[in-house]
Amino acid sequence: MGRPLKFSVFRFNPLDPTSVPHMETFHLEETDAMTLYIALNRIREEQDPTLQFDFMCRAGICGSCAMMINGRPDLACHTKTKKLPTDITLLPLPVFKLIGDLSVDTGSWFRAMNEKVESYIHTDKTFDPKAPEERMSNELAEEIYELERCIECGCCVAACGKANINNDFMGATAFNRIARFMLDPRDNRKTDEYFDVLRGDEGIFGCLGLLGCEDVCPKKIPLQDQLGMLRRKMGFASIRHLFGRILPGGEEARK
Amino acid sequence: MDTFYTDLLCVGAGLAGERVAVAAASEGFSTICLSIVPPRRSHSSAAQGGMQASLGNCCMGEGDCPDVHFADTVKGSDWGCDQECARLFAETAPIAVREMAFWGIPWNRVVAGEGTYYKGGKQYQKIEKKEMEGTITARDFGGTAKWRTCYTSDGTGHTLLFTMDNKVVELGVTVHDRVDAISLIHDGETCMGVVARDLKTGNLRAYLAKATLIATGGYGRTYRETTNAVINDGSGVILALDTGIVPFGNPEAVQFHPTGIVPTNILVTEGCRGDGGTLKDVNGERFMHIYEPGKQELASRDVVSRWMTHHIRIGKGVPSPYGPHLWLDIRHLGAAHIKTKLRDVEEICNEFLDVDPITQMIPVRPAQHYSMGGVRTNKDGAAYGLKGLFAAGEAACWDMHGFNRLGGNSLAETIVAGKIVGEKIAEFLKGYEVNIKTEVVRDAVNKQEARIAALIAGRDGKESVYAVRNAIQDALMEGVGIFRNEADLKKAVDTLQVVYERSKKVGIQSRVIGVNPEVAMALRIQGMCRIALCVAYAALQRTESRGAHAREDYPERNDRDWLKRTLATWKEGDNLPTLNYEKPSKVWELPPGERGYGVAKIIYSEDPEVIGSSKPATN
Ligand SMILES: Cc1cc2nc3c(=O)[nH]c(=O)nc-3n(C[C@H](O)[C@H](O)[C@H](O)COP(=O)(O)OP(=O)(O)OC[C@H]3O[C@@H](n4cnc5c(N)ncnc54)[C@H](O)[C@@H]3O)c2cc1C
Ligand code: SF4
Ligand code: SF4
Ligand code: FES
Repeated sequence: MGRPLKFSVFRFNPLDPTSVPHMETFHLEETDAMTLYIALNRIREEQDPTLQFDFMCRAGICGSCAMMINGRPDLACHTKTKKLPTDITLLPLPVFKLIGDLSVDTGSWFRAMNEKVESYIHTDKTFDPKAPEERMSNELAEEIYELERCIECGCCVAACGKANINNDFMGATAFNRIARFMLDPRDNRKTDEYFDVLRGDEGIFGCLGLLGCEDVCPKKIPLQDQLGMLRRKMGFASIRHLFGRILPGGEEARK
Repeated sequence: MDTFYTDLLCVGAGLAGERVAVAAASEGFSTICLSIVPPRRSHSSAAQGGMQASLGNCCMGEGDCPDVHFADTVKGSDWGCDQECARLFAETAPIAVREMAFWGIPWNRVVAGEGTYYKGGKQYQKIEKKEMEGTITARDFGGTAKWRTCYTSDGTGHTLLFTMDNKVVELGVTVHDRVDAISLIHDGETCMGVVARDLKTGNLRAYLAKATLIATGGYGRTYRETTNAVINDGSGVILALDTGIVPFGNPEAVQFHPTGIVPTNILVTEGCRGDGGTLKDVNGERFMHIYEPGKQELASRDVVSRWMTHHIRIGKGVPSPYGPHLWLDIRHLGAAHIKTKLRDVEEICNEFLDVDPITQMIPVRPAQHYSMGGVRTNKDGAAYGLKGLFAAGEAACWDMHGFNRLGGNSLAETIVAGKIVGEKIAEFLKGYEVNIKTEVVRDAVNKQEARIAALIAGRDGKESVYAVRNAIQDALMEGVGIFRNEADLKKAVDTLQVVYERSKKVGIQSRVIGVNPEVAMALRIQGMCRIALCVAYAALQRTESRGAHAREDYPERNDRDWLKRTLATWKEGDNLPTLNYEKPSKVWELPPGERGYGVAKIIYSEDPEVIGSSKPATN
């Protein structure tokens, strides 16, 4: 006999004017190797077919299934029930727009983020189908891949105190994305151009540095290092901007 | 109801859908991609191992070229593929890989100097040339003569999809995620778009387009044990079958992958064996070298899966509460290799199995993996039967995989076919106008509205959609698996016909305003059952063994009678598909011969068009 599990699940249908946010309780007996993916599907198929939640790969790869699991953002598919107490509370990720129950709209948020940081290689070159590829050291390729591993699950954003109070705050995932392109020699943007995206309270200087983000990242991306690196670089860049204005020949001097 | 107009509508925003969208958008055509999930969550992101292209940069790939890649692909397909497509594919793959590098993929690169690699559990030396340093490297995959599979650690699909979607963002291609296409709008001659359901609100929408592309991925979820994501239920093929005109090519060509983990069927990449991992049985002994002395663990997937099943059947499986399995052993590759090149594998083992692959063996068993069949198209990607309808990627039967796809050839197909088909669509769109007939649109929408209303009212019955889905999955798993025979196939067809009647009586248990996840499933269930019937019935008719289609009662590959492709269509009111056949290729650059692994008897063709068939080619 497996443990009796009690699930308290957030329920709310924003499209239904009669629906009010509340917690609903479901019971299941724990089975061998049970994950929250298995549990939630069983609840939907056996107890309440209206329950909304998202899964895709069910293998910790696609980032669909992030939710608040006993207060902590994590991927439901790779969370085994045996690592949790018998009382399990599931809430949707904060910050993102609620679609219903445990399902939130990460798609729109991340598309907007990718547009904002212009998440693509900026280059003046055109692709020549006859030419061999440009060379790159394997070490650098692996470094880029290290940052490219973000699955856009949104856990870091959900855990971020700043993002929770300021909806426009870009969040660690955006900083990580910028760091990824700064590292890439194929991207020809200047530090100043990255700075333009990152400045202000929505950007790197709005970050409180408490690092809730790195602790919860299911891909264990070294977000802290990226934040530190960006702060340093942006710090230098802003000093250069300042000097650019006040030094001879600068903006200030030209007035 | 919201209506959207566009030049090109891509149903699907995985690698294939997005690559086509990028091609059309680059030519200035307005493009919308639909996807059930945010595009970066598409199934393509789950591909770990890599993408084949004959760059020939690394020392074990030296001398590789499109000719060798072509030959491997044709052999891999067991001569079931279209050789013109395979040729186009092999020639374009290196360009596609380099283009992806140009767009930002951090492909692993050649590191000059001495190194070691494993094969069959033994260590070997290799020396990478100084002059190739920094070029794109490759790893070994099953069924290939050279190391040809380009990769980024074991996150190849992830980096490809993110880079492709970056391109989509750069070009400003519109993506509507959480939108589910549920039927094509057509008048029997021309396709004009789709009726779709908004999965955020539950509302219906009409998308009207000059060209419509089906790029919805595979139909793996019609099987119970599958490595596929939960949304891969074949909805693109369902759209095509529902027209009664557009054929479903080679439904019976379903591939099983040797290494799904037990019990969850999550895949661990072929890269494990490519990098030197070995398969072991209950006694901790290797066995593949007994059956396949040459290629051993690296014969093609169909062959390895069959020998594994055979080995389990003769009692060499490891007993477990989930049935017998075998072991995959990568321990000898060492922590450093596993933690960098097979990092996702390590994560999957730790998180889903509580197994540490550095010190423990991984429980594996073959699971359904890939759909070689799909919406039948010509070499330009145009679907048979309807003007303005195209297909690409796993949803399509283009058809370069024939009866067995080689590892790494699918990611390559999504991008190469995406590029080729995208350019052809751009050509098609130039100067093309379509007459959107409002009554056709209205009828299509009304029909879907009526279906949903009937489901919600429970007008046709009260069958549980989940119970019906389980019945479909069980029937295919039991009757149309790795080994097939007449009795089991007949039983599967009979069972599925009963299930099909049940699928028409599905009713929704719950009424809610807006999104109702049960409705989404219910709208597909008849279609899934039709797919399953096509798979089972086509497999029953094909009395030979070719690639992944292995008939115990017809063990030989029969080129004399079966060197042809199945075309399944579904006439309204029928409870079985109509099967027609066409020749797999008019061009026989490589006449039918032996594959060089998976020894089998061949009955050669007597058709004079199959050049050289009188003198079978040998390896
Ligand atoms: C676990 C795993 C590992 C793999 N590893 C490799 C590998 O290493 N190398 C290799 O070559 N191949 C690999 N493959 C195969 C390869 O990943 C797939 O064949 C390929 O990615 C399919 O891409 P696609 O663009 O055709 O479809 P997908 O990526 O599946 O995309 C389908 C798209 O269609 C959308 N869609 C579906 N239905 C609808 C609908 N009704 N309405 C609107 N949108 C819809 C989805 O939301 C999605 O955006 C692997 C497959 C699996 C299962
Ligand atoms: S360190 Fe910055 S980005 Fe990370 S959680 Fe704190 S405020 Fe958010
Ligand atoms: S950085 Fe980590 S936590 Fe944040 S979105 Fe990416 S994978 Fe998720
Ligand atoms: S379902 Fe893909 S990460 Fe959980």
